[in-house]
Amino acid sequence: MNVDLRDLRKQFGPTAALDGLNLAIARGEFIALLGPSGSGKTTLLRVLAGLDFVESGTIEIDGRSMHDVPARKRRIGLVFQHYALFRHMTVARNVAFGLEVRPRHERPPRAVIRARVQELLQLMGIGDLGQRYPDQISGGQRQRVALARALAIEPSLLLLDEPFGALDAKVRKALRLWLRDVHDRMGLTSLFVTHDQAEAMEMADRVAVLRAGRIEQVDTPDRLYAEPANAFVHEFLGESVRLDCTVEAGMARFHGMPDICVPTGSRAGPAIALLRPHEIGLLPGPGPMRVESVHASGPMRRVRLVLEARIIEVLLPEDLALPTVGESCGIDLTRARIYPAD
Amino acid sequence: MTLLLVLPLAVIFTQALSKGWGAVQDALAEPDAGSAIGLTLMVAAVTVPLNAVCGTAAAWCIGRFRFPGRTLLTTLIELPFSVSPVISGLVWVLLFGANGWFGPWLDRHGVRVVFAFPGLVLATVFVTFPFVARSLIPLMQEQGASEEEAAITLGAGGWQTFRRVTLPNIRWALLYGVLLCNARAMGEFGAVSVVSGHIRGQTLTMPLYVEALFNDYEWVGAFTVAALLSMLALVTLALRLLLERRVGAGRRMHA
Repeated sequence: MNVDLRDLRKQFGPTAALDGLNLAIARGEFIALLGPSGSGKTTLLRVLAGLDFVESGTIEIDGRSMHDVPARKRRIGLVFQHYALFRHMTVARNVAFGLEVRPRHERPPRAVIRARVQELLQLMGIGDLGQRYPDQISGGQRQRVALARALAIEPSLLLLDEPFGALDAKVRKALRLWLRDVHDRMGLTSLFVTHDQAEAMEMADRVAVLRAGRIEQVDTPDRLYAEPANAFVHEFLGESVRLDCTVEAGMARFHGMPDICVPTGSRAGPAIALLRPHEIGLLPGPGPMRVESVHASGPMRRVRLVLEARIIEVLLPEDLALPTVGESCGIDLTRARIYPAD
Repeated sequence: MTLLLVLPLAVIFTQALSKGWGAVQDALAEPDAGSAIGLTLMVAAVTVPLNAVCGTAAAWCIGRFRFPGRTLLTTLIELPFSVSPVISGLVWVLLFGANGWFGPWLDRHGVRVVFAFPGLVLATVFVTFPFVARSLIPLMQEQGASEEEAAITLGAGGWQTFRRVTLPNIRWALLYGVLLCNARAMGEFGAVSVVSGHIRGQTLTMPLYVEALFNDYEWVGAFTVAALLSMLALVTLALRLLLERRVGAGRRMHA
């Protein structure tokens, strides 16, 4: 299904939950919506599912406007953050629900429903839990039931609201790969909300980074990491070292480091330079920095440098010659990305 | 303490049976007694379903939505509990009585409210309204709307969602509220007394009939009907204990 969202706007009191949001999702894509809490991720899912309404903007699925289509006719599967399983029904009845509530002429015969439910439960790896109640199974199993229930209606679009939020780290990791596998095998189109950037980067075809109801950038995980569109995306997607600088005549100059300048296309004026810790190089001294400490960090060495009152952390491969504590040195900032200060 | 609670019950039953089983049967065979019992059942039969429906609707609105005036509505639901039953009765007389706001108009159209069945129902509905709503609001707030929303995204309509998801989730609390509502509807004295007009065989409910007999020194009759009401109370108490356990279990399951 091709989903096209254009200029969606919605207010909650004084704050904008969606502030001119645009996003296109192609058939078969797995997109992660990543953003801090309150950035509008859940609101966007609810709007798509038809549980909330936008003040302006259009939602089209395969060219058809969803404006007048009520939630129950959209056939959009929604997996809730806390699963929202029907607690008084068995697992099998939960999964069958979407088929059983269909109008008589569309409803499959009982035997067909039963077979379909069993097939889905097998697919989710919980084929033997059909007769249990939601409070008799584990969190990870509930998650699978919630997914099976949403998939039973053969949704054109699957929405997942922080589906692993309530699970412990180990179960989470296993479910990530499993969910991606289900998506691929069933040919789904999925939109997945998370605030965990590792989760988003690992699972998604493309990641959309949200801030304050707007999408800051949509890209493949690789490109998003390598070429963040702005400082917010850079800092949200991984460890970042932030340095203040000023851009003048196409050169960024750093406060406290008069010798360093980095060419940039950014506009003149106050700016910030951002780098991943491993993108910073160390230059033999003497220089403006003093080495404060050196620690092992997996296959890397984490070096803490002090510049005036600031501490800058650098990651160096362990096979590189390491500086000694107390030594003075310079740094190489040529890989810095320069963004105008906001 | 137990003595204080059990003694009145014992007295009621012994007084009723003081002249033997035959006297009890005679008292119940009295046409006025029959009409009082019938009237009480009728009032309850109208009041309880009405309050079950309206109470559920009110609890649903308050438990599921945030809207201006929500706190006010919650307080209003409690109003009948904080107002003296006599006032709850008087209000209807003032509104619909012969000299009330709508009285003359109703009179011209041949409708009697006060001193008749509709008045008894109105007074009882008002007094017993909070029971159902109050037993549902905390539960519905706690459960939240997500199961209902899930049902809707799965294609269920409004009625299907209510019948298959909302109702099963609140059934024990609802039954509990209905039970209390029913007990009060049958036992209400104050408000009903004001609007009744005390016409024997026509507008006397069981509690009013007990009073009337008592004032006429018809001890056996009074205590026989009182014993009937007490039995209702005992049954209510037993069911209530049973339901409280179910409701409690349901909440724990959720948590």
